[in-house]
Amino acid sequence: MPLLHDPFNVIIAGVGGQGNILASDLVSRTFCEDGYFVSVGETYGATQRGGSVMSHVRLSRRHLYGPLIPEGEAHIIIGFEPLEVLRMLQDYGHALVRVVMNDRPLYPLEALQKKVKYPSPEHLISRIETLAAELKIVKATDLAKKAGNPQAQNVVMVGAFAGLNWVPLEKERFLTTLGETFSGERLELNKMAFDLGFGVASGKRGHPLR
Amino acid sequence: MATLYWNLDEPEKRYMLSGNEAAARGALEGGVRLVTSYPGSPSVQVLECLAAVAPQRGLYAEWSINEKVALEVAAAGSFAGLRALSVMKADGLNVAMDFLTTLPLSGIGAGLVIIVSDDPGAHSSVKEEDSRYLAPPAHIPLMEPATPEETKDMVAWAFVFSEQVGLPVMVRLVTRICHARATLTLGAIHPPEGVPRLPQEMRFVTAGSRHENTHQSLDKALEGFEGSPFNLYTGPAEPELTVFTSGVSYLYAQEAVERLGVGERVGIFKVGTIWPLPEKVVLDNLKRSEKVLFLEEIEPFLEDQVKILAAQHWNDLGRLRFLGKRSGDVPWVMKARGMGELDPDIATQALAKALTMDFQKGQEGLREKAEKLPKIELPLRLPILCAGCPHRASYWAIKTALALDGRDGFVLGDIGCYTLGALPSGYQTLSTVHCMGSGAGLASGFGKLGEAGFQQPTVAVIGDSTFYHAGIPPLINARVTGSQYLLIVLDNDTTAMTGHQPHPGTGILATGEAAFPVPMVELIKSLDIPVTIQDPYEVNETTETILHLLRKGGLQVLILRQACALKAMREQPRPPVYVDQDRCLGDACGCSRLCTRVFSCPANIWDEKAGKARIDEVLCTGCGVCASLCPEEAIVIQREGEEHAITP
Repeated sequence: MPLLHDPFNVIIAGVGGQGNILASDLVSRTFCEDGYFVSVGETYGATQRGGSVMSHVRLSRRHLYGPLIPEGEAHIIIGFEPLEVLRMLQDYGHALVRVVMNDRPLYPLEALQKKVKYPSPEHLISRIETLAAELKIVKATDLAKKAGNPQAQNVVMVGAFAGLNWVPLEKERFLTTLGETFSGERLELNKMAFDLGFGVASGKRGHPLR
Repeated sequence: MATLYWNLDEPEKRYMLSGNEAAARGALEGGVRLVTSYPGSPSVQVLECLAAVAPQRGLYAEWSINEKVALEVAAAGSFAGLRALSVMKADGLNVAMDFLTTLPLSGIGAGLVIIVSDDPGAHSSVKEEDSRYLAPPAHIPLMEPATPEETKDMVAWAFVFSEQVGLPVMVRLVTRICHARATLTLGAIHPPEGVPRLPQEMRFVTAGSRHENTHQSLDKALEGFEGSPFNLYTGPAEPELTVFTSGVSYLYAQEAVERLGVGERVGIFKVGTIWPLPEKVVLDNLKRSEKVLFLEEIEPFLEDQVKILAAQHWNDLGRLRFLGKRSGDVPWVMKARGMGELDPDIATQALAKALTMDFQKGQEGLREKAEKLPKIELPLRLPILCAGCPHRASYWAIKTALALDGRDGFVLGDIGCYTLGALPSGYQTLSTVHCMGSGAGLASGFGKLGEAGFQQPTVAVIGDSTFYHAGIPPLINARVTGSQYLLIVLDNDTTAMTGHQPHPGTGILATGEAAFPVPMVELIKSLDIPVTIQDPYEVNETTETILHLLRKGGLQVLILRQACALKAMREQPRPPVYVDQDRCLGDACGCSRLCTRVFSCPANIWDEKAGKARIDEVLCTGCGVCASLCPEEAIVIQREGEEHAITP
């Protein structure tokens, strides 16, 4: 089945240290297994230390695209932090972009030093709601704590993305990728994190994009 | 254990690999037997991937003390008949350059490949450097792949080609290859063969008279490049414009043609073998159209090479218009003039302009909708030292001690996580930042200015891995010349910046086996330089120590030893720290939010509702430094067995 948009572009937006790369790795490998041409661009290195971080994931049925998404052409944003979601949304969001995000703020140094105010959570969310065609908020850090480690919010968010069915792919495929990535206790923890995310998102299933 | 995809014996299977993993896979498919590197972004993972499979694949992998030694170790393998690989970032190539320029003259044995990673946009570097310019003075063939898959194939082929032409071969990667991931198809891994031996009749001696041999080898390389399938033209036979491109820019060029719908008008010539420039095939493609647009990262290297060639053949070529960075038709990135990373929007803009078409980046996006809403300012998120980073405590102590000393002392730095000492996160402590070890070298100079009347105390900071890489010669220099300064080694027991690789002091090899841990203290003591060791988490004691050493004067070394907080947390989590909000006086304290606003640890946050300080329990690593700074002693380290209710 062809994609609604080809290439289909997904951005994972967060802050250095939140596990962007693991999340984009899980998503991209799962789509690779489903036969897509997949290309991923990451920003890490110096920027990983508390800076804004984004992963670009590009799917195509036709050929391999470059690792960077053009501005205004992200069809989905998976956000780990609301300020970063808004930042990416304005530049990269497609007119019909859908957003799934963890709304727990992480305060930049500039805000802690009172140089620039961190926007209020209500303001941030309403701005994102106005701009995006659809917004799904996931309390991913709380769910990750429930699974045993708050850092696993990235896997909760991958689960939520899978559960929303915005790009349809069998849940089993994601679980296979998880199984190839983790083992033992860590696999159990991450499976639970994935399931918790999947559960809250699939409760209100969106309309598939293809 | 996670699957090592780059190591699977599954030819023809499709997988996702990063450019770095693909380079490692290419080396395995090309029969590599020896690999060396010093960690540098963006190509750190190449050696990690190979070291992880070293025993199984019969290859030797090492983290070397620096890139020059890395290349020498690799060359020994080549001389003895083993295919060898050395991996470094552009900055590292500068370090290895001295040895590299001799290799084409001495000649090599088995295939010797050098992977050099450039960082367009300086994402994880202090500067951009286009290492392609270093291939001509080194007299070595240079190639650049456009995708992770081509990286794999090119690295594998480079070993064979290196042997055929008798020269080391350089494969240039960029960040958007190394740190990209893409679907690709695996080939077969080459099994190890042959026993290394240096035959008595073989001589590898550099001499001026051997330049002729080198140029003969380069002529042979040129022939090999002419017919290479890595150079590829796609598009109409007589296009209106031809894009000349190399590296990842090839994919941006393809996307630009697609976005503008100009596939009938525009052709793309991808150059994979860049130097020596394959003249015949380049000239053939120059004949296709009058307009030529260059898309490449960082500097206009290909553009210049092609123009020089065109000037030599102007009579056969007719009228040509060259559009590129040189002519101003391809913009530099917005970050700064002269920075040369490309992206699909820059490529599309440049192509649209060359075809006099309209194109606005983001035209399919939300910009118009966003501009109609009231403006809100989004705080920037500069890179910062991690929560609990021992460097933060070190900089706090250094800055405080210098202020107390009151003689206008200053701090010289270099590159590593602690470069953040130049930014607000490290209190803008550093007066200089250049390259590996340069703080210690500069200090060796400042420390001699006293004879000319210079009175400011000089402090240099250096990381532990950097100390071994480039810090020992400047220290010895200072000892011999009588230079006076305080060298502070920020010793976090790892190479943290690039993701926790071992170094000569850690007692661990690239493969994880135990090794001799080079004793830093004894090494320095053997030079008869006084050494003090201190835990920077004891921040007040550290301040006193530094003040004491500054007042004492002379050449001194202070080792501030505390494990990288990320690594420590992974290995042995510490008890958490919390704010006793009954004791915190909030804004009434008079400390001016010392913990959140001044100390600048991301785990010290402000509870707007309570109007008091709080600890982000997800970020906190329990270092306890903020607890020793709080004037009200409101920050408390949780004792073992004690449960503390965390405010939601």
